[in-house]
Amino acid sequence: MYKALADAISDAEARGKTLSMVALDLESQDQGRAVADIRASLARALHVMRGAVDAGMTGDMRSNSGLVGGDAAKLVNSTAGPLAETPFHDILVRALAVQEVNSAMGVIVAAPTAGGAGVLPAVLTGLASARGISDERVIDALATAGLIGAVIAERASLSGAEGGCQAETGAAAAMAAGSATEMLGGSPKQAGHATALAMQSTLGLVCDPIGGLVELPCVFRNATGAAIALAAIEMALADIEFAIPVDEVIDVMGQIGREMDVRYRETAGGGLAATPTGRRLAKERLYQIKRG
Amino acid sequence: MVSLLDIIGPVMVGPSSSHTAGACRLGLLARGLVGGTPQTALLELHGSFARTGEGHGTDKALVAGLLGFRPDDERIRTALEIAEGEGLEYKFEKTTISDESHPNTVRATVVCGPRRAVMVGSSLGAGRVLVTEIDGFPVDITGSFYSIVILAADVKGSIARVTRILSDHDINIATLKLTRKQRGGDAFIVIECDDSPGEEVRDAIRSLAWVRWAMRLDKVSGG
Repeated sequence: MYKALADAISDAEARGKTLSMVALDLESQDQGRAVADIRASLARALHVMRGAVDAGMTGDMRSNSGLVGGDAAKLVNSTAGPLAETPFHDILVRALAVQEVNSAMGVIVAAPTAGGAGVLPAVLTGLASARGISDERVIDALATAGLIGAVIAERASLSGAEGGCQAETGAAAAMAAGSATEMLGGSPKQAGHATALAMQSTLGLVCDPIGGLVELPCVFRNATGAAIALAAIEMALADIEFAIPVDEVIDVMGQIGREMDVRYRETAGGGLAATPTGRRLAKERLYQIKRG
Repeated sequence: MVSLLDIIGPVMVGPSSSHTAGACRLGLLARGLVGGTPQTALLELHGSFARTGEGHGTDKALVAGLLGFRPDDERIRTALEIAEGEGLEYKFEKTTISDESHPNTVRATVVCGPRRAVMVGSSLGAGRVLVTEIDGFPVDITGSFYSIVILAADVKGSIARVTRILSDHDINIATLKLTRKQRGGDAFIVIECDDSPGEEVRDAIRSLAWVRWAMRLDKVSGG
């Protein structure tokens, strides 16, 4: 796969293609698989993503520890907020839903990881539903998201243990922003700016889950990650440009991750996990899990 | 080389690609070493597997793998109950394997009929796994290929005989590694293949006089 998003963007521009097309072409070449075969795998991923969105909205999902669950169902019925009845509201619901399913040992697509699995399905399926976009175009967007994630994996990291939450929900927001910008008709260049705009806003975000469990704050970070992606898409489609090139933003995310203290990399040694309440909850809930 | 489908995937039961999906894959590989659902399994958890494993369902996922369930199988959630029905007696212990071991490491001692195997494997993140030791022999098996593992007497020409069997069955070799503890002692051969070797391949290898045992491991990762 491409090692720089700039290369994919210039390839797409030179050949008059989308990022999804150049990504699928190169994947086919790399893996010796037909494009139709790769699309079939992405179609299965989309099917599972939609299933997780639906399952999470019913609200009977509870995590092992009981720390999270039921909030997607709360939000879906709420009209109290300023975003009520907008696609933005619906996308927040979907992000909570998928991540609650994940915490409750339901089936999800790690995209790029299980901890950040809510952002991409929320943004893509939410926008597809609001705008009547076909599954074929959502599958294209998944290929673009895969391209962006592959570049992040290559240049930085996709692991909270290595790079903090910026490498999980931050990467997911960047993937969602770039791919949805293209899905909504944006150019490869605009998709690149959307990716950079999303990623710059999660730089430095620590991974500090209560008790080390993929639950709290992960569920909410997925919703706010989706919100960041939507802000980036909105700006990029207005042709707003981010002055630092996207690959440099990705590089610096990797560098910040490497310099991040180990307490902030999924060890539950710092951040929210180390607050007095975070420590108390961890102790109580882990005890509860042991008792079954 | 990073694939799009490594990023948009795997499809898995949550909540953690390393603690759940990776653990399930390690269970599947340990199952492969004894050729079926073990009757007994001792699972020694190291590092983060020991500390946060229960909250992430690492215990359920490892047992699910031993039962032959893949990472996207919803039966992972009830694997501990299913194991009782299938006659799999499992036991978990917390341990420190070594200070250098990856934070998410398990040592699995599994027994199925006459076969007993001890496997050490780690979950590296994003569902990727690495088996580092089998029966005391150092290996590196990622589960991204179909593999054949062979314990054999250290005799001249053994590799040539085995690779001949594979080429006769039209199996392409991706990697091949032989390790031994001392000259003239037993040799441990790991062959990763692009194609799935059938039972006849395994049986042909087993029929070689100097082969003590040979097992096939399924591909547990990748598209």
